[in-house]
Amino acid sequence: MITPFDQRILAAIADGLPLVERPFAELAQRTELSEQEVIDRVRALVDGGVIKRFGLVVRHHELGYRANAMVVWDVPDDRVDAVGALLKAHSFVTLCYRRPRRPPDWPYNLFCMIHGCDRATVLGQMAMLRAIDGMESVPYTVLFSRQRFKQRGATYARFLEASHG
Amino acid sequence: MDIQGDIAQVNLVPLERRLIDRFQRDFPLCARPYLAIAEELGATEAEVMAALARLRDTGALSRIGAVVHPNVAGASTLAAMAVPPQELAAVAEIISAYPEVNHNYEREHRFNLWFVVIAPDAESRGCVLERIATETGHRVLDLPLEAAYHIDLGFPLS
Repeated sequence: MITPFDQRILAAIADGLPLVERPFAELAQRTELSEQEVIDRVRALVDGGVIKRFGLVVRHHELGYRANAMVVWDVPDDRVDAVGALLKAHSFVTLCYRRPRRPPDWPYNLFCMIHGCDRATVLGQMAMLRAIDGMESVPYTVLFSRQRFKQRGATYARFLEASHG
Repeated sequence: MDIQGDIAQVNLVPLERRLIDRFQRDFPLCARPYLAIAEELGATEAEVMAALARLRDTGALSRIGAVVHPNVAGASTLAAMAVPPQELAAVAEIISAYPEVNHNYEREHRFNLWFVVIAPDAESRGCVLERIATETGHRVLDLPLEAAYHIDLGFPLS
């Protein structure tokens, strides 16, 4: 579990590391910790797996990855873990999650995300996933993104700070 | 048609490309991280900071920061809604105005509006979804994460 100090640090970095020579010193002022304490806690959060990665968070679209597809599959429950492991082995699969079905509206339980330069590339990558042994008969659908209304970083951290006074 | 097509693609100079390829993870956690990066890439600290500032100003860089494991800090969910096309812009605006919403996309499907809700705990997350359903008049599909097989670990440019 994360500590109140960790929550303060996550809140302080929610908007990103400032572009100054000693960015952690600036964060330290906001959190009333020392520069070294901030660095040590961030490292501990990375080592402990709370922070999965620390670094540049980019916007795919601006970098020319214009096609963003959410691919959803209806995988038998006893196979979903194994299929998730197979899908993530492909480098173009950037996320792969299991989520609940909501019958009758939503039969799909496995979600993955593919970012590609264009729709044809993504459809080609889709075909590679469909060609995986055992995937041919799994019902699926592809939801390309059209319009981005909002994309913003980790607002949860500001919430944690608010909720903890 | 891709409505996002009006967002200009950022043409990267070599230093910017190397920054993105190398530092989406394992960013140096030290007092002078931009200096450490500069030493690794054979540039100056000022050049690295200027390149990052340009990436940020062009929109290619969202931020330098942490990608937190889902549901370790706070409670999140993926939500979907089937909205008549003529209502979509207005409904999307209502949803985007919630501070608990941090992604909100139109997708090509009967469920055409997809957004992520992050709140301090599951109870407040449920309240936000209820308020959104009431305010928009549309049912919300609540699809919380059950297992993560692969989470965002950065993205190769090549």
